[in-house]
Amino acid sequence: MAAVHFSLPLPVLPQGWSAEKDFKSIGQLSPATQRNIEPVGPHFLAHERRKRHQRTFSEDDRIQAQENVKKVEDDDVGEISEPEDPLMLQRDAKDWKGQDHYAVLGLSKHRYKATETQIKRAHRKKVLRHHPDKKAAAGSSEDDSFFKCIQKATEILLDPVKRRQFDSVDEAADVEPPSKKQAQKGNFFKLWSPVFVAEGRFSKTQPVPRLGDDKSKKEDVEEFYNFWYNFDSWRSFEYQDEDVPDDNENRDQKRHVERKNNNARKKKKTEDTTRLRQLVDDCLAGDERIKRFKKEERAGKDKKRLEREAAEKKEKEDAQKAAEEKERLRKEAEEASKVEKAEGKKVKEAAKNAVKKNKRVLKSSVKDANYLLPAGEEAGAKRVDQVLNDVEAVMAKIDAEEMASLAGKLGGVKVAEEVGKVWSEEAKRLVGAGKVKEGELKVIGT
Amino acid sequence: MSSQEEGELSSPEITAIGISFGNSNSSIAYTSGEGKAEVIANEEGDRQIPSVLSYIEGEEYHGTQAKSQLVRNSKNTVAYFRDFLGRDFDSIDPTPCHASAHPQKHESTVAFSIQDQESDAQNIVTVSEITTRHIRRLASSASDFLGKKVNAAVITVPTNVTEEQRVALSEAAKKAGVEVLQMILEPTAAVLAYDARPEAKIKDKIIVVADLGGTRSDIAIVASRGGIYSILSTSHDYETAAGVQLDQVLIDHFAKEFIKKNKTDPRKNERSMAKLKLEAEATKKALSLGGNASCSVESLANGIDFSSTINRTRYELLAGKVFGAFTRLIEEAVRKADLDILDVDEVILSGGTSHTPKISQNLQRLFPPTTRILSPSTLPTAIDPSSLSARGAAIQASLVQEFEKDDIEQSTHPMVTVTPHLRNAIGVMVVSEDVKKGLFSALVEKETAVPCRRTGVFAVPRDGGDVIVKICEGLREIKVSKKEKAKINGKPASDDSELDSDDEEDEEAEEIREKVWKVGTVLAEAGVKGVKKGGKVEVRIKVEADLGVQVEVREAGGKGGVRGTLEKARVVENGSA
Ligand SMILES: Nc1ncnc2c1ncn2[C@@H]1O[C@H](COP(=O)(O)OP(=O)(O)O)[C@@H](O)[C@H]1O
Ligand SMILES: [Mg+2]
Repeated sequence: MAAVHFSLPLPVLPQGWSAEKDFKSIGQLSPATQRNIEPVGPHFLAHERRKRHQRTFSEDDRIQAQENVKKVEDDDVGEISEPEDPLMLQRDAKDWKGQDHYAVLGLSKHRYKATETQIKRAHRKKVLRHHPDKKAAAGSSEDDSFFKCIQKATEILLDPVKRRQFDSVDEAADVEPPSKKQAQKGNFFKLWSPVFVAEGRFSKTQPVPRLGDDKSKKEDVEEFYNFWYNFDSWRSFEYQDEDVPDDNENRDQKRHVERKNNNARKKKKTEDTTRLRQLVDDCLAGDERIKRFKKEERAGKDKKRLEREAAEKKEKEDAQKAAEEKERLRKEAEEASKVEKAEGKKVKEAAKNAVKKNKRVLKSSVKDANYLLPAGEEAGAKRVDQVLNDVEAVMAKIDAEEMASLAGKLGGVKVAEEVGKVWSEEAKRLVGAGKVKEGELKVIGT
Repeated sequence: MSSQEEGELSSPEITAIGISFGNSNSSIAYTSGEGKAEVIANEEGDRQIPSVLSYIEGEEYHGTQAKSQLVRNSKNTVAYFRDFLGRDFDSIDPTPCHASAHPQKHESTVAFSIQDQESDAQNIVTVSEITTRHIRRLASSASDFLGKKVNAAVITVPTNVTEEQRVALSEAAKKAGVEVLQMILEPTAAVLAYDARPEAKIKDKIIVVADLGGTRSDIAIVASRGGIYSILSTSHDYETAAGVQLDQVLIDHFAKEFIKKNKTDPRKNERSMAKLKLEAEATKKALSLGGNASCSVESLANGIDFSSTINRTRYELLAGKVFGAFTRLIEEAVRKADLDILDVDEVILSGGTSHTPKISQNLQRLFPPTTRILSPSTLPTAIDPSSLSARGAAIQASLVQEFEKDDIEQSTHPMVTVTPHLRNAIGVMVVSEDVKKGLFSALVEKETAVPCRRTGVFAVPRDGGDVIVKICEGLREIKVSKKEKAKINGKPASDDSELDSDDEEDEEAEEIREKVWKVGTVLAEAGVKGVKKGGKVEVRIKVEADLGVQVEVREAGGKGGVRGTLEKARVVENGSA
């Protein structure tokens, strides 16, 4: 065959791809199917030459080759699958409306489920047995009544419209709903499931949801009942029509029958809808799952409430605990600060006392040094005032520490001259630090 | 098949034709010197020769003449007998013969009781003998036409033919002086008839052959792979979808018309029914060509003439159910082959009933627009569906007539024909802008018989460079998506359409079904380096008879390239279809 051209490009070789001789064998072909090829046409000849190479094959080869070949033809008409009721064989084809078409074709077990192929095959099997010519050959009478029944059954079942009309009223396919008592004995699902499978044959929507079992999920059960309460059915009742006279003479009569038939169809359809609704009601009423779901729902609600309450309680407790903790911390802090304060007071008191003491030292130092006058010289009131003013001024300019240091220095000297020297040094220091102005200190600064 | 050695004394010259032997009609064809198949008309000018024999006072009538005897001489007229050959009485369906000589049990076979001699005696004539007489007449018509004694043939048989039926047919033909070189299946013959046309290109395709006949319809799904054909599935119908059911629609229609006027049902009287049947069939054929057709029967019942017309629309309406059955039968066969409607590339309509335009139209609706429907009303170049079988047989006859019969038997032996077929397609990954993961492109289709070899030529990225050839199996999947409702100017509905918007919502959105490839097993990777700008890469995949795979990849026109082999696959045991 000629090469085929593809317009879409091949992918770029991925980076880092490498293989020995640029080829990587990765997988294996799926298993092949053994089939027959047709020994026909010029291309087969080429195939045949390649395969045969002048060899001859034997009967054994034939058997061997055919062993696994895929069969294309269905097996030929087999046996009729169900026994034929002798009463059925005597049926009159004229009464075709009363005939069970599935039974006539031996498809009682299949009914609405029978496929078109099954019906055709069933028909063929029956024809092979019941054709009048076969009867004649077997020496029995040339009664072809049952053969006509077969033809009628096939005509109806192979016609999709007619088949639906018959299936609509095929009571043999119905499954009776169980009584309340039966269903209560623990066989609820086993008894009801087939009822809905059978009813489901009338559904326009396929597939139809199943009843399920004890383990079904709540959504599925809800979906099931929803489906059945909104059932869309193709079931109709024209099969049970009264025959309409087909002569043209009696038109009124014809119209009358037609009207009657129409009304009857409608009535039956309404009844059927009601019947189905009742059936679903009954099933629902006995469905323990619904009760369980309710209970679970209730339990679920209770559980939620309890959980909520517990949560609330816990929240409260937590809040309380938190408050308590806060309070405790607050108190602790308070205590601490109290202690701190108390201690601070002591220190301050001590400092104050020290300052007082030092001030006394400072004041008494000048007094003891005769107000910085040479010994024997009477210090006048003026002189006392001046010196004390200077001392006050220095004390106002220095802090507690400086005061302590000054007091320390003054404490260490007793000689009046030395005292004056300490004061004049202090005055100098203060002037140097810019704390007092030159000449501000009248006595001690000189 | 090796030709005989020269000089060896061979049997007398072989003149072989193709015979299509149907339940309703038979055809004969030969292959001209230029290799073209031609259908031969008999002395009466018929190319569709009714498979009917009738006897009047010892004289034998054949074909159309015999068929017309169904009215006056039905008891001595044998029709619809092909399917009885090679079968026992218990396994035959006598239904088609209700208006002609009835089949009966005779020893282990089927026979007819007819007056075929001048005397009044009822003779038991076996179906085998009837077949011999029929083939003798066919061969004689062919001999007259060719001016040479026809002594061999390829004959077509249905796909569900049994070994016993093959043997019986071969023996019956031999008695008529015709050696059956080979029996080939009817659908295969139809495919071959199309493929043998000079303009035909051999392509891999899935073909539905719908052989719609008189009393039965047979569908076959054929995988055509490089000119090798494999039948994947078949379906058959004997009761709802064939020519006689369409005849019946017209018979009932005209009978009702007759009853209305004359108060008598022509169907109740055997002879009236036979007349009406022949005429209704003629009307039906006329409706395949024209929009109107008449039906006239002299003295239909109680001496009253009947004449009426019907138009095609009316007919198609009345026959709607039968037409539906044809479509369903075809769908069944597609399903049985594990295929989808979308997998079908071609539908070959074969058999007399395939002339019916409505059937082709229905198939045009069933299949996607890309599927070619080969029938007279859908394709002007279609081959006459009634002749396909015979043409195919004639072509095959021309291919095998030089060979010895034993040689042909050895060549068609199951040791030769039973062959592994690929389960999945094999292909190469390519890049598409809208699909990031890459796309699978099939090179070898599934159901290809091995050994096989396919070559693909692939584009490379615009600037060339290094590319990778990733060889995988592909699995065909059907993607179903819902079509968006048409919106007007971006708005879903305008004000005035609000009223009926309710039912519109109820309507199911239209489904769009498309074929997509899913990448299956990765088989191998090959790197091709330094492909030049605008270059192409050639990929050759060869699957050997033992299922070994050889891959060859190279730049087109370049030397060297990459080669590799894969591990061999298994052949699997199969159940029935
Ligand atoms: N032009 C036509 N239009 C419609 N039906 C036709 C036409 N020609 C033949 N037939 C019908 O085709 C059927 C015969 O088809 P054929 O393939 O010859 O049958 P068989 O395979 O059973 O021998 C008959 O029912 C015949 O009426
Ligand atoms: Mg045919």
